[in-house]
Amino acid sequence: MDSVGRTIPKRFLSLVLLFLALILFAAAPRYASPYHIIQLTSIFMYIVLTVSWAVFSGPTQYMSLASAAFFGIGIYISAILGKVLFLPVVIGLGGLISFLLALLVGLSSLRLRGMYFTIFTFGLSELIRHFVLWWEVNETGTVGRWVVGVNPKVVYYVMLIIVLMTLAAAYIIKRSKFGLALRSIGESEEAADHIGINVNAVKIITFAISTFFMGAAGAIMATRWTYIDPSIAFNPLFSFMPVLMAIFGGIGHIYGQILGAAVLTLLADVLLTKFPYYYMLLYGIILVSVIVFLPQGVIGLEGKVKGLWKGELAK
Amino acid sequence: MDVTLLLDMVIGGLIMGGLYALIAVGLSLQYGVARVLNVSHGEFIMLGAFATYSLYTLFGINPLLSLVISGPLVLMIGFVIHMTLFQRLRSSSKSMAAFEGNSLLAAFGLLFIIQNAALLVYGPDIKGYSYLDNTVNLFEALFAANRLVALLFAVVIGVTFYLFLVRTRLGKGIRAAAQDMNTAQLMGVNIRRVLGLCFGLGALMAGIAGSLMSMIFEITPQMGLPYTIIAIIAVVLGGLGNILGSLVGGLILGLIGNIVMYIHPGLSLIAYYILFLLLLLVKPTGILGK
Amino acid sequence: MRILEGEGVKKYFGGLAAVAHVDFYINQGEIVGLIGPNGAGKTTLFNLISGSLAPTSGIIRFKDENITGLKPHQICKRGMARTFQLVKLFGEMTVLENTLLGFLFGTGTVVSNSKAKRESLELLEFVGLSAMKKVLGKELTIANQKRLEVARALATKPELLLLDEVMAGLNPTEIAQGTELIRKIRDKGITIFMIEHVMKAIMDISDRIIVLHYGEKIAEGTPEEIAENRAVIEVYLGT
Repeated sequence: MDSVGRTIPKRFLSLVLLFLALILFAAAPRYASPYHIIQLTSIFMYIVLTVSWAVFSGPTQYMSLASAAFFGIGIYISAILGKVLFLPVVIGLGGLISFLLALLVGLSSLRLRGMYFTIFTFGLSELIRHFVLWWEVNETGTVGRWVVGVNPKVVYYVMLIIVLMTLAAAYIIKRSKFGLALRSIGESEEAADHIGINVNAVKIITFAISTFFMGAAGAIMATRWTYIDPSIAFNPLFSFMPVLMAIFGGIGHIYGQILGAAVLTLLADVLLTKFPYYYMLLYGIILVSVIVFLPQGVIGLEGKVKGLWKGELAK
Repeated sequence: MDVTLLLDMVIGGLIMGGLYALIAVGLSLQYGVARVLNVSHGEFIMLGAFATYSLYTLFGINPLLSLVISGPLVLMIGFVIHMTLFQRLRSSSKSMAAFEGNSLLAAFGLLFIIQNAALLVYGPDIKGYSYLDNTVNLFEALFAANRLVALLFAVVIGVTFYLFLVRTRLGKGIRAAAQDMNTAQLMGVNIRRVLGLCFGLGALMAGIAGSLMSMIFEITPQMGLPYTIIAIIAVVLGGLGNILGSLVGGLILGLIGNIVMYIHPGLSLIAYYILFLLLLLVKPTGILGK
Repeated sequence: MRILEGEGVKKYFGGLAAVAHVDFYINQGEIVGLIGPNGAGKTTLFNLISGSLAPTSGIIRFKDENITGLKPHQICKRGMARTFQLVKLFGEMTVLENTLLGFLFGTGTVVSNSKAKRESLELLEFVGLSAMKKVLGKELTIANQKRLEVARALATKPELLLLDEVMAGLNPTEIAQGTELIRKIRDKGITIFMIEHVMKAIMDISDRIIVLHYGEKIAEGTPEEIAENRAVIEVYLGT
């Protein structure tokens, strides 16, 4: 607020860049190859997962590992209802049902802090996965479902819209009173409570809002994969990767989260094509390296480099 | 109820429970003391299993004897991993909560590395070998000899370790560190080495359980994760930080799992998860925790 | 008028009584001290009053309203604020932001950002932290951290302020400044209930003192009366 004079050019620049990027991405399907469109769709998907995860887990420091559950629910809604309802409705439902489930989860897991909350969310996600699997094996008889396919370009545009909505929501929340409240909860929940912040309400609502976009993303991605089963839809990787991507890019800033998602998704793709046999192993090494060497993320590197540079100048 | 069936369920449950108890104690050492929720714990089970498998199929070494080799091997690997990876995270993390989060993620990366390394070496196929698979008649119920031997070994190792924790100086130091790191440090416990050792011991427990399992079950490089989950549940059941409690937690889970298996085979894992979530919501400190 | 009163307040943890039947009251405009040896239940009593904990039994009334069992944020909006024994600042936020949060959320009325900012700057002036407004909470000295916690509490426009060992860890100069600040706060019309171990400070400033021991109230009166009270002397000097 004090540095308004300095940030106006910066914010203006960001808006211009965003606008240019938007035009670029909107035009892409006309000029880019189908392979690149699919690649971009994946990147958008991970951006949605990472940024929406960070909306809640970033400032409050409650590390949720349930992203796969909400993403997967969106996928299954699409699989089940895709034949019967229009695409936009299905996507909206995917988001809505995730939102409702998240409200339920939030209300019940209120008292849990730190590691307890994290393993609760992980256990929940895995329970849903195993339950759906058991249901399909025992009740419906077949594992997995076929999803009505949709033109990859349509998937691309829908995903782009979801990304924009997610980014808008994340930005609005972060810059608002709500965002300050979230950060204060992360710093000291008890103090936040004592200065009039309804901590439980803020936590639950934010958590639920963040999962809306995960559900919506899942609903549209299902139409690209066309075949889905519990191990695809509720894959724990969808819970862990957003966390790692956010940390890699720099968890404190939205552009850091975007960077992390984009870079690590591209990296996985590159590794897969160049080292088809070793890529999982290499990816694991990279993940560990990220945690060990980049706790502040790539964005934090900028600070470190500046510090080193200043140190040099001081000499 | 038919006595044979009851015996079958109970002893079968204890066999699994004994193995789960070892695995759970291992994870409890790693989380309770070193504060690392090691989601790659199951991969050390897998390492132990494959070490024994290789030693038996390549060199004909008796699986039970191979524990002498595979055990220390897995212990060393665990110790080194802690001293390099997690020790480093400890110094760079801003708070204990940050460290726990970071080490959870690092352990996830480790899972990736270990599992895929094993996949590259052994391939994804199911492997197994026969050892002591003749049946034994115990009070009219039939059991495979290898399972009974596994139970025996699990019990012996479990009891030995229990005595170690309760009677020896180092063991008491470890339990003290699990309860209260700072006070333990003040009382002269060399924290860095104790943490590394605990992590290594945790891996050792996993490795031993894996070696024993390789006698009974078929193994694959991807076998680890379900056991990690079971270990986490057992640890929470016994109370985070309560090493002896996790032993009991493992036994309970083994018994419950076996009973559920008789009722409806596919449901045991789901039953575990439901138990786990309810536990966290109602009494997160565990049945035996404070 | 009694701004705060408690009847039969009890808090058991398992079988242990942290607070074992305490009756108390605070009059509007008073400065009341709460003293007692470590473990006497003072902070627990504060936790019960501010809503961090719910009493096992008993009633707590604030401005004649029964607030037993309400959550801290609800009690805050009714006009009560507190500081903590172990300072709970928002360390990664600036001094200004810490104070701002109090105005934005704690007053029970919706405030515009610009008004909140103006009032925050005035409040920082009042407590003496204006120069530090852009400093991060975690970078402050302990004395300034305590000042900030008081500022943040005052930002919620309380009628009653609970101070939990606000003088702990301060040197004599800082204690004198703290005492002065507390007086200024009372002069603004805010009632103060404070836990303290620094005897000189609390004896100097309090209108009345309540003494707890093992969760029970063993004495109550003016500082002079307390200084001469047999039971209190025994508890502090031991027999």
